[in-house]
Amino acid sequence: MKTLQDTPSIVLRGVTKAFGPVVAVRGVDLLVQPGETVALLGPNGAGKTTTLDMVLGLVHPDQGEAELFGMPPNKAIAAGLVGGMLQTGTPLDHLRVRELIALMASFYPHPRSLDDVLERTGCDQFERQLTTGLSGGQAQRVRFAAALVGDPDLLILDEPTAAIDVEGRREFWRAMREVVEDRKTVVFATHYLEEADAFADRVVLMANGLIVADGTPNQIKARVGSRTIRVTFPDADVSSLTALDGVVNVERHGPTVILTCSDSDRVLYALLGDYPGLTDIEVTGGSLEQAFVELTREGEN
Amino acid sequence: MGLVYIRYELLRTLRNRKFVIFSFVFPLVLYLAFASADRHDRIGGVPFPLYYMIAMAGFGSLIAAISIGPRISAERQMGWTRQMHLTPLPTWYYFAAKIVAGYMIALLTLVVMYLAGIAFGVHLTMAHWLIMTGLFLVSLLPFAVIGVMIGHLLKPDSMGPVTGGLSTLFLLVGGGFGNIGGDGLIHKIFELIPSYWLIRAGAVSLGGSPWTLEGWVVVIVWTVAFVLLARYVYLRDTSRV
Repeated sequence: MKTLQDTPSIVLRGVTKAFGPVVAVRGVDLLVQPGETVALLGPNGAGKTTTLDMVLGLVHPDQGEAELFGMPPNKAIAAGLVGGMLQTGTPLDHLRVRELIALMASFYPHPRSLDDVLERTGCDQFERQLTTGLSGGQAQRVRFAAALVGDPDLLILDEPTAAIDVEGRREFWRAMREVVEDRKTVVFATHYLEEADAFADRVVLMANGLIVADGTPNQIKARVGSRTIRVTFPDADVSSLTALDGVVNVERHGPTVILTCSDSDRVLYALLGDYPGLTDIEVTGGSLEQAFVELTREGEN
Repeated sequence: MGLVYIRYELLRTLRNRKFVIFSFVFPLVLYLAFASADRHDRIGGVPFPLYYMIAMAGFGSLIAAISIGPRISAERQMGWTRQMHLTPLPTWYYFAAKIVAGYMIALLTLVVMYLAGIAFGVHLTMAHWLIMTGLFLVSLLPFAVIGVMIGHLLKPDSMGPVTGGLSTLFLLVGGGFGNIGGDGLIHKIFELIPSYWLIRAGAVSLGGSPWTLEGWVVVIVWTVAFVLLARYVYLRDTSRV
C-alpha cells in the first residue's frame, strides 16, 4: 500500500471555474509532491485564491478535479491532513485566544502541543485576550496558529502576509521555517515577489486564470532574461536590437531603449562594438519582478 | 473531538451577556405587564398568571431557539465558518453544538418565567412542571431547525425583522395572545402549526394529557420537513461559498 509520503499532496486536473461571465480559472493542471514549498504568484485577479479554494474544496470546479493525497479534498480534510490560512476570517468572538486555538486543536486527531504553537506564532503574548479586541497583526497570528495547530501534512496559505509590514512578514516566515518540518507540503499565494523568491523552492506563476510559468525561482528568472540594459539611443532600430544574441525583449520609450537580456555581457559587447551612437548605459540586476511582469504579460495576450 | 466544541459554544453564548439578558428580559417584561393587570382573572378556566406564564415561556424559548439563526449568520459573516470547513469537524457536530447552545438559552428563559410565575402565585405539582418543560423542549425542535436554516439563508442585517416577525407570528397563531382562531376551520389550521402545541404544553396544569397524537405528529413532521429544507439550503449555501 502506498503511504502518504509517496502520494502527491495536490493534483489538479484541468480545473476551471467561472463566476457568472467571469472565468477565474481556465484549465489549470498542477502536481505538488510531499515536502515541496510552492509559491503561487500572480497579480490580483490572476485566479490564485479561486485555485486554492478549489484545492481546499471550498469551491467546486466547473470542470476538472482536485485531489489531495489521492482523495477528494473533503476526505483529506476530514482525515485532518489539511490546514488552511485564508485571507479573511475574523477569529470567533467571545473566546480568548488560547481557547480558540484549543478549540481548533480539538477538531484534529493528532494536534500539536498548544503551548508550543502559541509560543512559536507569538500568540502567547496575548493568549488571555478576547478575540474581539485583537489588532490586524494579532488576528493574522491567530489565523496562523489555527492553521498550524492540527499539525497538517498540507498547509495552504492564501496571502498570509497581505496585511502586515515588512518586518512582520520576515517574522512570519521565520516562524514558518521553524515550525514546519521539511516533509510537510506548503503552498502559499502571494503577490510579493521577494517572498516567493526567498521562501519557495518552486514558483508557479499565474496570470489571467492560467499557469504561465512553473519552476524554481532561478529558472523563472532565466526564462525571461536576468538583466536589463538601459541606454539612450535616439536612432535605435528595434528589430536589429531584438535580433541580437542574448536579447529577450526590447522596449522603447522615446530616446530610451530598455533591453531585457538572458546574457547581458554578450549584448553589452555587441552594443559597444556595433552601435557607436548610444550613451548613458545602465545595467541592472535581474529580479523576479521582471520575470513576473514579462510572464504575466504573456499570459494576458 | 469530545465535548470541547459544545463546551466552548456554551461558554461563548453565556459570555454574550446582552444576548443572554435580552433573551428573557422581553418576555419577562411582557409577562409582568399582562399578569399584574388581571392576576385574578381566568381564560377558559385557566388563571391569568398561569396562562401568561405559559405563553411568555413559550414565546421566550421560541425566540431563543430561532436565535440560533442570527448567531450562525453572524459567524458566517465573520468568515470563521470557512476556517472551520478546513478542519475535520463534522457538519452534524457543528449544528449539534449550535442547537445545544440555543436550548441552553431556551431553558434559562423557561426557568426565569417559571420563577416569575411562582411569584404571581402559580402552583403546579412537580410532575406537571416536569411534563410541561419536557413538552416545551420537544416542541422547540422545529424552531431550532428553522433557526439553523435561516442562519444559512439570510445575512445578519435582515435577521432582526425576520426572527422578530416569525416568532411573533408563531406565538399569535399558537394562541400565546389568547385564542384568536375560534373553534372553526381556522383553529383546525392553527393546530397544524407547532407553536400551537408549544403553548398547549401548558394545558398540563389542567390535568390530563396536554398533547394528543396530533401534537406529536405535527411537531415531528415539521421537524423532519425543516431538517430536509435546512439541509438543502446549507448545501446550496456552501457549494458557492
